[in-house]
Amino acid sequence: MDDELAISVRGLRKAYGDNVAVGGVDLDVHRGEVFALLGPNGAGKTTTVEILEGYRQRDAGEVRVLGADPAHPDPHWRSRVGIVLQGTGEFDELTVGEVVRHFSGFYADADDPDKVIERVGLGAKAKARTHTLSGGQKRRLDVALGIIGRPELLFLDEPTTGFDPEARRGFWELIRDLAAAGTTIVLTTHYLDEAEALADRVGVIAAGRVVEVAPPNRLGNRQEALATVSWRTPDGTPERAETATPTALVAELAARFGGEVPGLTVTRPTLEDVYLTMIGHS
Amino acid sequence: MTTTTKPAAPVAAAPGRRPGGAALALRQGRLEITQFLRSRESVVFTMGFPIIMILIFASIFDGTIGNGVKFTQYFITGMIATGLMTVSFQNLGIWIPIERDRGVLKRYRGTPMPKWVWFAGKVLMVVAIGVAETALLLVVAVLLFDLELPGTAARWATFGWVAALGVTACTLCGIAISSLARTARSGSAVVTPVSLVLQFISGVFFVFTSLPTWMQQVAALFPLKWMCQGLRAVFLPDSFGAQEPGGSFELGKVALVLGLWCVIGLVLCLTTFRWTTRRDG
Repeated sequence: MDDELAISVRGLRKAYGDNVAVGGVDLDVHRGEVFALLGPNGAGKTTTVEILEGYRQRDAGEVRVLGADPAHPDPHWRSRVGIVLQGTGEFDELTVGEVVRHFSGFYADADDPDKVIERVGLGAKAKARTHTLSGGQKRRLDVALGIIGRPELLFLDEPTTGFDPEARRGFWELIRDLAAAGTTIVLTTHYLDEAEALADRVGVIAAGRVVEVAPPNRLGNRQEALATVSWRTPDGTPERAETATPTALVAELAARFGGEVPGLTVTRPTLEDVYLTMIGHS
Repeated sequence: MTTTTKPAAPVAAAPGRRPGGAALALRQGRLEITQFLRSRESVVFTMGFPIIMILIFASIFDGTIGNGVKFTQYFITGMIATGLMTVSFQNLGIWIPIERDRGVLKRYRGTPMPKWVWFAGKVLMVVAIGVAETALLLVVAVLLFDLELPGTAARWATFGWVAALGVTACTLCGIAISSLARTARSGSAVVTPVSLVLQFISGVFFVFTSLPTWMQQVAALFPLKWMCQGLRAVFLPDSFGAQEPGGSFELGKVALVLGLWCVIGLVLCLTTFRWTTRRDG
């Protein structure tokens, strides 16, 4: 086992009856990396991650997480892995401080609860009952419980679903802080901008398979992709051409029109275009 | 230069040491009790129920059951047994599905907490609330309805083991039945009718021997009837034993049936308990 790898997955399969949720996933996540699993709902993201977290049993495949098989989690391994689930358990009658302090007791080397509460931005809410928190604040509490044990590896399953844009930005800062402190982070998301903003590498998962793994700006060979140049002819008909040399084409058009080219645009595929092609919705 | 004062030695727990199992269980128990006491529904309907019932019953039936023994003396046994069943069987059977549905159990499973600590927390909560509720019930009955408390150490000892065995059986059955509920809401739909029927056929609301024989026989299959009967041996004169269906309080049989239900409950818990909901794999 390569010590540089936090996670190594080969040929992971999981079916629920006839429904194949994960159909042969291969994946490596390096230590210290922020890795995003990007895919539409039902692509197999949560099933994959929950197998890695030790919640679900796999049907086939090799899986190592922090050097151990997550199918048989022991307390020591659990103490090294932080988990922020998608559907989260609420402790209505307890305060933020009580819940975080309680969970800190489960870990041998827990962080200071007050510090963690401060860090996730709930300092002003430490004495509030958890049911009075907003959706974003509850998610921050989830993260606090995920990181209270100073995990080496943190899983975040769709952490910002339902956030308003400002709350998402704030949350991203928190994730960047954790990554800067050396925590390996695996997050699932169906937001492209989230993957692009946070991840060192993105794994696109569709229909239970990993279609590609690459840094966000290289996904689908986006950098090398042909540019699309479009303009209008003098009678107003839209024209477009795909070209590897858009500058030359624009110069030629400029010469042809003797100046301004009407309706001129030059575009390359956005991450969204690439992604939609990959998951088969082009 | 030698002095008796030493610099503060690092006697605090060394970093890297998690609290031991017993300490974790106590913390878990304290958390469960806090959650229970802060939930108004739990306090009013689980803890208050037997007290409300004894107030009603003792006010309606203020006569005697025979030999100068007041009805209160008879009904207190049913109310104590019902109270213990409510706080264990009903309370767990309703709340565990809610916690499972909300993902609270799943969240605990994701931590290094040993599994048994969670169960220990529930048991500590049941025991603490059960003792408090029973004490409150006795105080109310003594102050308002002249209940006579058991007069001998032997009777208190019987009280102790019948309550302990009954609570153990009901706790295990409550945890077991929690797995039948598919959603948070269905917990009370599953548990409430079971409790209510058992209360009616086990002699909680009526004098047991006044029930039809077949009903007595059905009740004898379940723990509540035996808890009531064991408690009657504690609160009624020995002479009343002759009026029981078996001709005596049958304490040996009480222990046997309740012990059997502990075993059944434990087996069901071990084989059926789920940390996650069905749709959650």
